[in-house]
Amino acid sequence: MSFLNYLISGVSLGSIYAIIALGYTMVYGIAKMLNFAHGDVIMIGTYFAYFATTSHSLPPAIAVIAAMLCCTILGVVIEFLAYRPLRGATSLAVLITAIGVSFFLQNFALIRWGSSPKNFPSLVPFDKVSLFGGDLIISGEAITTMLACIFVMIGLSFFIKKNKLGKAMRAVSEDREAAQLMGINVNYTIAMTFAIGSALAGIAGVLLCSMYPTLSPTTGAMPGIKAFTAAVFGGIGSIPGAMLGGILLGMIEIFSRAYISTQLSDAIVFAVLIVVLLVRPTGLLGKKIREKV
Amino acid sequence: MGNQIENKEERIPILETVDLGIDFGGLTAVDNFNISIKNVEIAGLIGPNGAGKTTVFNLLTKVYQPTRGKILLGGKDTASMNTVQMNRAGVARTFQNIRLFDTLTVEENVKIGLHNEIHYNWFDGVFRTARYWKHEKYAHERAMELLSIFDMQGMANQKAGSLPYGAQRRLEIVRALGTNPSVLLLDEPAAGMNPSETAELMENIRKIRDTFQIAIVLIEHDMSLVMNICEEIAVLNYGKIIAKGTPEEIQANPKVIEAYLGKQKEEA
Repeated sequence: MSFLNYLISGVSLGSIYAIIALGYTMVYGIAKMLNFAHGDVIMIGTYFAYFATTSHSLPPAIAVIAAMLCCTILGVVIEFLAYRPLRGATSLAVLITAIGVSFFLQNFALIRWGSSPKNFPSLVPFDKVSLFGGDLIISGEAITTMLACIFVMIGLSFFIKKNKLGKAMRAVSEDREAAQLMGINVNYTIAMTFAIGSALAGIAGVLLCSMYPTLSPTTGAMPGIKAFTAAVFGGIGSIPGAMLGGILLGMIEIFSRAYISTQLSDAIVFAVLIVVLLVRPTGLLGKKIREKV
Repeated sequence: MGNQIENKEERIPILETVDLGIDFGGLTAVDNFNISIKNVEIAGLIGPNGAGKTTVFNLLTKVYQPTRGKILLGGKDTASMNTVQMNRAGVARTFQNIRLFDTLTVEENVKIGLHNEIHYNWFDGVFRTARYWKHEKYAHERAMELLSIFDMQGMANQKAGSLPYGAQRRLEIVRALGTNPSVLLLDEPAAGMNPSETAELMENIRKIRDTFQIAIVLIEHDMSLVMNICEEIAVLNYGKIIAKGTPEEIQANPKVIEAYLGKQKEEA
């Protein structure tokens, strides 16, 4: 039964990575940049949720919405101030800016809220479920996380496929200039991509801290890197890839913690990434790179 | 067919350039470019390879901002406009190297063209309000109607990238028409087509002009097509217009023959 327990914690941790990875992969697919500040946006949003519940004792649902709103606004503002002026600049310049934004957000949180970790109360109102006479216990957080992940995946696929803005995003992702020549406002489309990715980050942050209840200015950093790894693992730019990569990564992490070594689990995760990239450089579901004639 | 508009005076210029020019670094790619495209006219832009024809299209769509000169659209200066605004104001184009959205379906490609005619916000989209369905239904019907110009309704659900070459060229025209242009710029529409496909395309270009009542400017190397359907032709060489006129005038112009074939030797 312990195997099943590990499997469930792996999938639920992976679901969080997957939701975060969606933000990375959408932004990469459409704006062709790596937003390394994504993890720190999550952290800021989670602080908002924390203060909404503890200082203002608002209900959990409102706290989640507060986190989403905060992340959405933050994502759009970062895009507007830091990334938009660099559109057309080399990707290295944008990458370094993103790292700069990441440091800025971490240090902002450090000054504003201090370095001591906050004890984040779980925002999940459901109780744990015991199965097989108590052999298999699934926490309410794990159930909520997995459900949220499925919901987000279905919602997002519908949005991208059926919605006008979703279609515009796919068009911009494929050929930015041609999209512009068809009258699509590329800046608006990219801003909306940041808004959606960041709103998802808000959800992910609350779920993450409900499961692992310490909140500090560096809380977003490691999950951010892991989710980025998941996005690359699944094939960056691909939405199903981010989902698959996230869940696999969570499972690998938990299984290696359980069966191999707790200290080595991160090393194993990244070793698997390296092996996958050696065999399939575009990730599991990544597009094949076509040679242009 | 061509004499639907009897009175030539009524044909006001829809697109005009005044001393248009662009430099890339020290290189002058286009200079002193003056054309006047009348409403509901088919005009041709020809010239040897590297003459600057596609650069002209890139200027007219503001992919490049001109270094000198003016572009007037419907009599209004477009100096402050960017690519998107130029498109919304009525300039649409196709590309020399096909640039469809390959992973989108044929219908979705046309709907990208229709993007600015579909009015619903994200809220309507997420919650599927009546407005969402109304506009999506309109977009679907309009896309099908546009596809029917080339009898392509049957391909609506195929991925654009999987279409045969000729169909991809036609789809690019349909997508551009979706943006509801008053001037349609076609960059080598017949490239890679066989003679019977070219003949069909020629008919279709006329049909588009007549049904949509728009001006069409085309870059083309296929002289039979250009001489057959264009009412006005401008010849570009080394970024400058060397001749302008009707097909008959162009064919008889020694400068044009020289640009294409080189100088004729003096006969003894």
